[in-house]
Amino acid sequence: MKRKNTSTSLFQASLLREAFKQSFVKLSPAVMFRNPVMFLVYMGMFVMLGVVVWIAAGETSQGSLAYNLLVLVILFLTVLFANFAEAIAEARGKAQADSLRKTREDTPAKKISTMEDGALAIHQTVPSSSLTQGDIFVCEAGDIIPADGEIIKGLATIDESAITGESAPVIREAGGDKSSVTGGTKVLSDRIYVQVTTKPGESFLDKMIALVEGASRQKTPNEIALTILLAGFTLVFVIVCVTLQPFALYAGANIPIAAYISLFVCLIPTTIGALLSAIGIAGMDRALRANVIAKSGKAVETAGDIDTLLLDKTGTITIGNRKATHFYPAPGMDLIKMTTAAVLGSQADDTPEGKSIIELAQNSSVKLPAHPGQGQGVRYIKFTAETRSSGVDLPSGIRIRKGAYDAIKLQVEKAGNPFPDKVTEVVKKISANGGTPLVVIENEQVVGTIELQDSIKPGISERFDRLRKMGVKTVMVTGDNPLTAKFIAEKAGVDDYIAEAKPEDKMNYIKAEQHNGKLVAMMGDGTNDAPALAQADVGVAMNSGTAAAKEAGNMVDLDNDPTKLIEVVEIGKQLLMTRGTLTTFSIANDVAKYFAIVPALFITSIPALNALNIMHLHSPESAILSAIIFNAIIIPMLIPLALRGVKYRPIGASALLQRNLLVYGLGGVLVPFVGIKLIDLAVSVFSNVEEV
Amino acid sequence: MNTEILGVIAIYILIVLLALPLGKYIAKVFAGERTWLDPVFNPLERLFFKLSGIDPTLEMNWKHHLAALLGINLLWFLLAMFVLMNQGWLPWNPDGNPSMSPHLAFNTAVSFLVNCNLQHYSGETGMSYLGQVFCLMFLQFVTAGTGMAAAAAVFNAMRERSATHFGNFYNYFLKSCTRILLPVAFVAAIVLAFSGTPMTFEGKDSMITMQGDTVQVSRGPVAAFVAIKQAGTNGGGFYGVNSAHPLENPDYLTNAVENILILIIPIAMVFALGFYLNRRKLAWMIFGVMTLGFLLLSLPSIYSEMQPSPIANQLGIDGSAGNMEGKETRLGAAASAFWGISTTATSNGSVNSMHDSHTPLSGAMQLIDMMINSLYGGVGVGFLNFYIFIILAVFISGLMVGRTPEFLGKKVEAREMKIALIIALLHPFIILVGTALSAFIFYHNPEIGWLNNPGNHGFSEMLYEYTSAAANNGSGFEGLGDNTPWWNISTGFVLLLGRYLPIIGPVAIAGILANKKYIPESAGTLKTDTGTFGLMVFAVIFLVAALAFFPALALGPLAEYFNH
Repeated sequence: MKRKNTSTSLFQASLLREAFKQSFVKLSPAVMFRNPVMFLVYMGMFVMLGVVVWIAAGETSQGSLAYNLLVLVILFLTVLFANFAEAIAEARGKAQADSLRKTREDTPAKKISTMEDGALAIHQTVPSSSLTQGDIFVCEAGDIIPADGEIIKGLATIDESAITGESAPVIREAGGDKSSVTGGTKVLSDRIYVQVTTKPGESFLDKMIALVEGASRQKTPNEIALTILLAGFTLVFVIVCVTLQPFALYAGANIPIAAYISLFVCLIPTTIGALLSAIGIAGMDRALRANVIAKSGKAVETAGDIDTLLLDKTGTITIGNRKATHFYPAPGMDLIKMTTAAVLGSQADDTPEGKSIIELAQNSSVKLPAHPGQGQGVRYIKFTAETRSSGVDLPSGIRIRKGAYDAIKLQVEKAGNPFPDKVTEVVKKISANGGTPLVVIENEQVVGTIELQDSIKPGISERFDRLRKMGVKTVMVTGDNPLTAKFIAEKAGVDDYIAEAKPEDKMNYIKAEQHNGKLVAMMGDGTNDAPALAQADVGVAMNSGTAAAKEAGNMVDLDNDPTKLIEVVEIGKQLLMTRGTLTTFSIANDVAKYFAIVPALFITSIPALNALNIMHLHSPESAILSAIIFNAIIIPMLIPLALRGVKYRPIGASALLQRNLLVYGLGGVLVPFVGIKLIDLAVSVFSNVEEV
Repeated sequence: MNTEILGVIAIYILIVLLALPLGKYIAKVFAGERTWLDPVFNPLERLFFKLSGIDPTLEMNWKHHLAALLGINLLWFLLAMFVLMNQGWLPWNPDGNPSMSPHLAFNTAVSFLVNCNLQHYSGETGMSYLGQVFCLMFLQFVTAGTGMAAAAAVFNAMRERSATHFGNFYNYFLKSCTRILLPVAFVAAIVLAFSGTPMTFEGKDSMITMQGDTVQVSRGPVAAFVAIKQAGTNGGGFYGVNSAHPLENPDYLTNAVENILILIIPIAMVFALGFYLNRRKLAWMIFGVMTLGFLLLSLPSIYSEMQPSPIANQLGIDGSAGNMEGKETRLGAAASAFWGISTTATSNGSVNSMHDSHTPLSGAMQLIDMMINSLYGGVGVGFLNFYIFIILAVFISGLMVGRTPEFLGKKVEAREMKIALIIALLHPFIILVGTALSAFIFYHNPEIGWLNNPGNHGFSEMLYEYTSAAANNGSGFEGLGDNTPWWNISTGFVLLLGRYLPIIGPVAIAGILANKKYIPESAGTLKTDTGTFGLMVFAVIFLVAALAFFPALALGPLAEYFNH
C-alpha cells in the first residue's frame, strides 16, 4: 500500500488560514521587492493612496473619491492575491514536509559515548535533535531511528512505511549497498549501530523543507530567463504608459492618474508575475508528493529536459527475481546427476536465483539424496565479480561450480577438459530467448545448464512508448550477456542496452551521451553508482541506497521505485509548461484590456474612438474598473492551475504547442473579452443602484 | 479595376519566382562555392584585398565581425560628412548646388549610412553629382552590403555546430556588393535606362512645355542611382519626389521593375538561408510568416486605396479610379498601394505616391509594416530582425511544450533573452519616445510650424517620421516640415540606434549560440520549421507590435479613420 498523498484537496481550511495570514506578512516591501512585476503594482497602489488623500483634501480634477478608492482597493487585492498564491503553495509544501518531519521529532536516541575496539555497549539517551554528524547511536527492536545514518554494525529488519508507505519490512545491514537508514523509520528486529551522516537541519528532508518554504529557493536558469522576458514586457508598458501622457496632451485629453495606473497595472504581466513563484514551489511540492526529494528546483526542471534515461534492468524493467525454469543435462549426463549437482551448488546461495534452483529441483520428479551437501568439511565458494561463479567443495573432493557461460568455459578449458558444443548451443538458445543460462560443472566437467527466466513487468513497454513520444531515449543497463540483453530490450521496448555492464560502463555511456549534448538521468543505489550519479544531469538515488549514492545524486526517491524517473521527467515538463502557458495567457489578455481601456481614456477628446469600444462597456469608469477587477480576480482563479500544473501529454512537441497555443493563447485573447464584459454588466448595475 | 489587381498579383508572383534562383545563388556566394561570375570577380576581389591588406580567409568571432562592421561604417560616415558639407566648392557640380548645413549634412550622412535614406533635402537642388554618386550612391551599395554581410555571418553561425569563429566580415561584405548587388543593379539599370530614365552626367536640360513655357529639367545618372536605391532597400531618390517623378519611374513597366527590385533581395535572403543551412522547410516557414503578414497589410491597403475617398465624395469629385490624391495616374491606385506596403515592409522607403494622402487605413498598414520591420525587411537586416522574433517565439513555445527552449540545437538562455529583449524593446522605445517628445514640444509651441494640419493626422505624421527613421525606412508623410534642427538631429539619433543595435544584437546572439554545445534533435524537441511554430512567431510579432503601438495607432490613423 502506497500512501495516498496525491489526493489531498488543493485547499484545506487550515492551509487557507495560514496562507491568508502569510499574504499579509508578505506585504513587507523587502519581500515584495523580490518580485519586480508585483512590486510595480505595489508602487501603483501607493500612488493611488496618495491620489485618494489628495482628493479627500479637495482636489476635483481626478474623478470621484469613491471611484479612486475602488481602484486603490482593487490594486491592493491584486497584490494580496499574488501573495496568497505564493503563500498557499508554500503552505501546501510545508504541510507535506511537516507530515514527514513529524515522525522524526523528539525521538529519543541511544547515543554511544565512547567507542574503542568495538566496545559499543555504553549508551545514554539523548533527544534526537542533539545528534550531530559522526555521532553513533544504537537501535533495537521497537525503536524509532532518530536520524539519517549508515549502519556500521549489525543487521535489522526495518519498517520504512512512515517514509515510503511500503508496509513490507526491509533488511538493512552494515557494509554493502543496503546500509543506509532514514530517521523516522522503525526497527522491527535485531540491533544496529548507526553513524549519523548529516548535521542536524541538513538532512535531505530538511533541505527540501527549506526549498518549499522559500527560504533558500534560488531561481532556476529558466526562471531567470523568464523573469527577463517579463521584465522586458513590463518595460514596454512603462514606455507605452509614460509616452501616453504627451500623446494625450497633444490630443487634448485629460487622463486622470487612476486611469494611467490602471492601464499600466492591467498591461504588465501581473497574472504570471503573481503566480510564478507559486508554480516553482508547486513543482517541488509535486515531486515531494511523488515521494521524491529534490535537492534543488533546478534538478526538477532539468528532469523535464532529459534526453536519455539509464534504467537498471532488474527491478525496473523486469520484476527482478529470476527463476530457474529448466535443467538441461549435458550430453552423456543424466538429469539426476545434473539436478543433484545444481542443488549442491546452490545450497549456500541465498539469492532468489539460488533458492529457485532448489525449488525447481524439489518440484521436479527427480528424487534427490537428502541433505547431500551438509556436514563437516564442506566449503562454500561465494560468488565474486572476478570468478563470476559460485559453488561448493565437498569433503569427498567433488568440486561443483555454477556460473556464467564464459567464466565456466574458461575454468573447464583451463583444466584441459572439452566444452561440449551441444552445451554451447543450449546456452545460446537460452540467451536468445531472454533467459540467463547458468552452466554447472563438477570437477571441471560440464554436467548441464540451468535456465533462469525473468518476467518483464506488465505495462512497462507502454511507459517506454510514452517516454519515446516525449523524446526520451531509454537505455537498459544489465549484467546479462548481450544476447539476453538484446532479447529483453526488444521485448520491453527500450531503445538501447548496455550488456554485461560494469559500473564504469554506465559512467562511460553517460559521458558519451553528454558529449553529444544530451542530458542524462539515471537511478542508482550502490556506492559504485555514486560517480555515475554525480556525472548524470539528473541522478536519482534510492533512499535505501548508501549515503555516498545519496550524496552524489540530486534527488532521492523515498519509495526506492526505479520507475519513478518517468514521473520525475513529467513533473519537470509540467513545471516548464505551466510557466510557459500562463505567460502566454497573461500577455494575450492584454489585447482585450486595450480594447477596454484605450477608448475609455479618449472618449471625451476623440469621441470617434468609441468605435474601438467593441465590448460596449457601460462608461469609461466602469470599463477601467472592469479591466482591473478582471486583472485581479484572474489570479486566484488560476491558482489551482498553477498548483496542479498544466497536464503534460506526450503527443509530440508540435501538437502540444498547437494545443497549448489554442487553449492558452487564443483562450487568453478571448476570455478577458467575456470576463470584462460580464464584470462591466455587474459594475454598471451597482453604479445604477448608487445613482438611484 | 481588375487589370490593376492582376498587375499587382503578377508583380508579386514574378518576385517570388525570381527570388528562388537568386536565393540559391546568394547561398552559393556566401558558402564560397563556384558561381558563373567567378571569372569576372575573382581577380577584382583579389585586387581589393591586396590593396587593402585584408586577409579574407581570416575567421572572425562575433566581436571581430561587429568591430569590423562598426569601424568601416564610422569611416564612411566621416567621408560622407566631408563631401556633403563641402559639395558646393568640390568638383562635379554642374548645377551649382550648395553645401549642406551641418545638421542637414548630419541627418543626410547618417540616413544614407544606415541604409535608410530619410531625405530632408531635395535631390535635384540639394545635391551635386559628386555627392549623388560618390557619397550617396556609394553608401547605397556598401550599406546594403553591410546588412547582407551581417546576415551572412549569422547564417554561418547558425550552421556551425560548435564554433567561436564564423567567416570573415570583409569577405562577406565585398562579395555581397560585387556578386549580388552589383549584378542585380546592373541589369535593372539597363532596363530602366532603356525605359526612359536618364543616365547622363550632363547638367540640367531645358524643354518647352505644352503651355509654351521653358522649364529646366534636372538630369543625371538617374538609372544607376534608382537601380541600387531599390535593390539595396535604400529608397533615397535622385529627385525629391522619389519614384513618383516621371524621370525616376516613367511608366507601369519601370514601376513593376522597381517594385520587384524592392522585394527581391529581402525575399531571396530568406530562401538563401534555406539553401545555405540546407533547411528549406525553415526558410519556407519564415517566408510563410512574412508573406502572411505582408498580405494582411497589403490587401486592406489596396482595397481602401481603390475605393473613392470619402472626402473626395463629399466634394463631388469622381472617385471611380480610387483615392487618387497624391498618386500618379500612369501607375494607378492598386500599384501605388502595393508599392506603399512593399516599401514599408522592406525598409526601402522609396515612394511612388504620397503616403500622406493615402487613406488613414493604408497609413495605419504602412505604419504597422514599419513597426514590425521584419516582414521581408531590409536587405540582410530584415532577416536579423526576424531572427530576434524567432528567439522570443522559441523561448515562449519551448516552455509551452515543457522543455528548456532551444533553436537549431542550441539552448536559449538568460543571456540571449536579455539581448533579444533589448533589441525588441528598442524599436518601440525610440519610436514612442521620439513621437512623445515631439508631441510635447508641439503642444507647448503650437506656432512652431511643423504641422500643416494638426490633429490626428498631424500626430500620424510625427509618428510616421520616427517609425520610418527607427525602421531605417526613409519614407515620409510629407506634410511634416522636417528640415529643422530638431527633426534632423532627433531622427538622426533614432536612425543610428535603429540601425546598429538591431545588427549587433542578432550577431551577438548567433555568436553566443554558435559557441554552445549542440544538442541533437529528439521527439521532444520543438521543431521550428513547422506551420505551428510559424503561427507562434506570427503571434509574437503581431502581439509585440500591437501591445507596444496600439495607443499610438489609436490616436493617429485609427482616430482619423473612425472620424470619417
